[in-house]
Amino acid sequence: MSSSVSHGTGEAHQKPLLGSMGVDSRKLGLWAFLGSETLFFVTLITTHLIFYARTKATLAAAGTLEHLDPRTHYLGIELTTVLATLLLASSLTMVLALAASKVKDWKKFRVWQMATILLGAAFVGGQVYEFIHLYHEGLKLAPQYVLEGETVKSLYGVTFFTMTGFHGLHVTIGIIWLIATYVKVAKFPDSPENPMDIELAGLYWHFVDLVWVAIFTLIYLI
Amino acid sequence: MAIAEQHVASAHTNSPDYEGFSWRSWLATVDHKKIGIIYIVVAFAFFVLGGIEAVLMRVQLGAANNTFLTADTYNQLFTMHATTMIFLVIMPMNVGIGNYIVPLMVGARDMAFPRLNALSIWLFIGGGLLLYLSFLTGGAPNAGWFAYAPLTQNQYSPGAAMDYWVLGLGLTGIASIAGGLNFIVTVLNMRAPGMTLNRLPLFVWMNLVVSFIIIFAFPTFTVASIQLLFDRQFGGAVFNPAQGGDALLWQHLFWFFGHPEVYILILPVMGMVSEILPTFSRKPIFGYSFVAYSGVAIGFLGFIVWAHHMFGTGMGPMANAFFSGASMVIAIPTGVKIFNWIATMWSGDLRLTTAMLYAIGFISMFIIGGISGITLASSPIDLQQTDSYYVVAHLHYVLFGGSILGLFAGGFYWFPKITGRMLDDKLGKIQFWLMMVSFNLTFFPMHIAGTEGMPRRIYTYEAGMGWEIWNQIETVGTFLLALSVLMFLYNAIKSIRSGERASNDPWDASTLEWMIPSPPPSYNFLHVPTVTSRRPLWDAKYPHAVGDEHGGHSKPSNVRYEYTDENTPGAKDIHMPTLTFSPMWLSGGLTIAALGFIYINKEILGLPEGIAALGFIAIGIVMVFVGIRAWIVDSRRDSPYMSSHH
Repeated sequence: MSSSVSHGTGEAHQKPLLGSMGVDSRKLGLWAFLGSETLFFVTLITTHLIFYARTKATLAAAGTLEHLDPRTHYLGIELTTVLATLLLASSLTMVLALAASKVKDWKKFRVWQMATILLGAAFVGGQVYEFIHLYHEGLKLAPQYVLEGETVKSLYGVTFFTMTGFHGLHVTIGIIWLIATYVKVAKFPDSPENPMDIELAGLYWHFVDLVWVAIFTLIYLI
Repeated sequence: MAIAEQHVASAHTNSPDYEGFSWRSWLATVDHKKIGIIYIVVAFAFFVLGGIEAVLMRVQLGAANNTFLTADTYNQLFTMHATTMIFLVIMPMNVGIGNYIVPLMVGARDMAFPRLNALSIWLFIGGGLLLYLSFLTGGAPNAGWFAYAPLTQNQYSPGAAMDYWVLGLGLTGIASIAGGLNFIVTVLNMRAPGMTLNRLPLFVWMNLVVSFIIIFAFPTFTVASIQLLFDRQFGGAVFNPAQGGDALLWQHLFWFFGHPEVYILILPVMGMVSEILPTFSRKPIFGYSFVAYSGVAIGFLGFIVWAHHMFGTGMGPMANAFFSGASMVIAIPTGVKIFNWIATMWSGDLRLTTAMLYAIGFISMFIIGGISGITLASSPIDLQQTDSYYVVAHLHYVLFGGSILGLFAGGFYWFPKITGRMLDDKLGKIQFWLMMVSFNLTFFPMHIAGTEGMPRRIYTYEAGMGWEIWNQIETVGTFLLALSVLMFLYNAIKSIRSGERASNDPWDASTLEWMIPSPPPSYNFLHVPTVTSRRPLWDAKYPHAVGDEHGGHSKPSNVRYEYTDENTPGAKDIHMPTLTFSPMWLSGGLTIAALGFIYINKEILGLPEGIAALGFIAIGIVMVFVGIRAWIVDSRRDSPYMSSHH
């Protein structure tokens, strides 16, 4: 009777089982989740852009305050370019880690996976440094910022920290996921689940990178 | 006839699930059926609570200048009534029935992610309890279920009530997104061989559509409530115009979620009705594809009509015209469904069981609510009616006349499958008619009171406004409505104890859940069926009936009644995931951490500000880590590749 047993939950989370769509269930679920996450970040980014536009309008209306634009004052392009490079490089190392796992080269996998983890950690460290720096410069989680002795009423800071903070939180979760995969593969090198486990962590990691690309472009560059 | 014999034969099978009751088997369960039952029972308990809130409000409004409730209590009651009915009753009731039935309908042995499913149920319960805890800690949320800014800011809503609202709904929101993902993967990836998308039962179709709506609509609400929480806890002011924030932005973000939410409430019920009508008309659904794809159309359109909730804010003629037009367009796919349901019954061999009566009641009442909805979609009319009792009448005709009546239809239809017992049909019919009469007594006069200018959300009113007679009728109706709900509760308890035993297929239905015992064994199907048409069980039972172009009666099929239980030979070879408490630890930890988060800037338990909060958050985090560890350990136990290490 066990001919029909291959279908069903019992196995769905045991091994990379291709379901009715020909895709691993966890992969399908993760893709749907990333779709949901996209709207999460779209809302955060939109809110921030709305309040940036409003702040600029307020400054322009005041006539003499246009030089107090929070973006040009606070967001140094140098540091974030380094951060963006770190994160993009981590996507490359992630691809290399996955490729190594597919040919079961676990030594190479460990190198690239560890590189990804370290690059991610460097990014989070850089972001923490940026937050502290901005705090001292007068941009806080408060509905105003202080520049050149002027207090400007603006939601720029609140929405900026909420948006980048939640992105940073996602990167941190991604790092934990990568470490968990690293440990699991080290402990069970023979498990046929490994390539899929790594692919899933990688999929999430690339998504988090992509969100940074969007934030970097929309918030820092233009 | 053969079917009748099979009914007798299956009357002797019953599930071991109900024989050896243990708390562990429920609290640590990952079985979609048990999780579905927990959803249904908890949602019904919240239904009673929300109903009590409604009765209290109706007592207050039963007479002019009444002093039964204070204004603040009244505000808490209408906020909690709506929040409860939407998030803690209709949504989880849909999810509960879906949890039980969808995997059976697609021929699966469980949901795609059983542990995630368990996490959803406990997170939902944690969020619901957190919301209700607010009654004991200084008052429930009182800013309305759509929590308009700046009413929700600290200066207008001091205390912890709104923080309970944000975090309670936050937890149920995570549960909903996790559940939505689970349904999507289950429907797309766990289908039995031959169960193509075009053969999915319509209830499954609607659950698929709703799951996509959930995962795309909820994130916006999540972000808005996080920003609201930052406003309240960390002085953010995103929605506080006095400090440069934007109150209207809340409305846009909220309704971008809130309007799709009403389709989250109604579409699964439309799916239930689309199963019930064909069964009791003894005809296939008329226009299967139209019913399925009109649901998809409603799902899409639902995302571009949100601002019709905001005509009163003065968005300008262009925005008003667009959102009016888009809202009216939704009447087309909805109308398509209604005509298809009527055409399904047309010249059918109708069997007016209680489930069928409720399904017909659903169509009739939903049409009334739909028509008042079209009037409200027109922005000039809406400007006259907005914030009046006319809106209250409309929303209750679609959410009670629609969702709740449809849920009763689904309840009567699937009760035998879930419990193994039939509900008392005679009592059910009396209760149906009592509910229909009292429902209309309660909500129809609201159209009139609203048109005569009675605003919603007022806790009392002057005599001589011409509203008293309508309010008195509504209050009498509410008591009768409460009575009919109690009659159902009595019927359910009585039937679970001593109702007639249900066979596999008491309604002679067409979908896969009816081929297995009532209630099904933990593994559902001993042999996973191979599906060759949209109505696999009808084809098996009536191989010579004339089918449509999709009728696969000429193809061989292994769809047949199974009379199995846990001791059937071969059943032990079916591997099902083991019990685990990890989802409970995780959701318990998150709930306690959320409770701590509420008090970050407030005093509680006589301790200085923040101390108790940090304590709760610390306990919560520890529980989350315990949960994650248990999750890893328990999932390894189920894995053939890693269990050798244990």
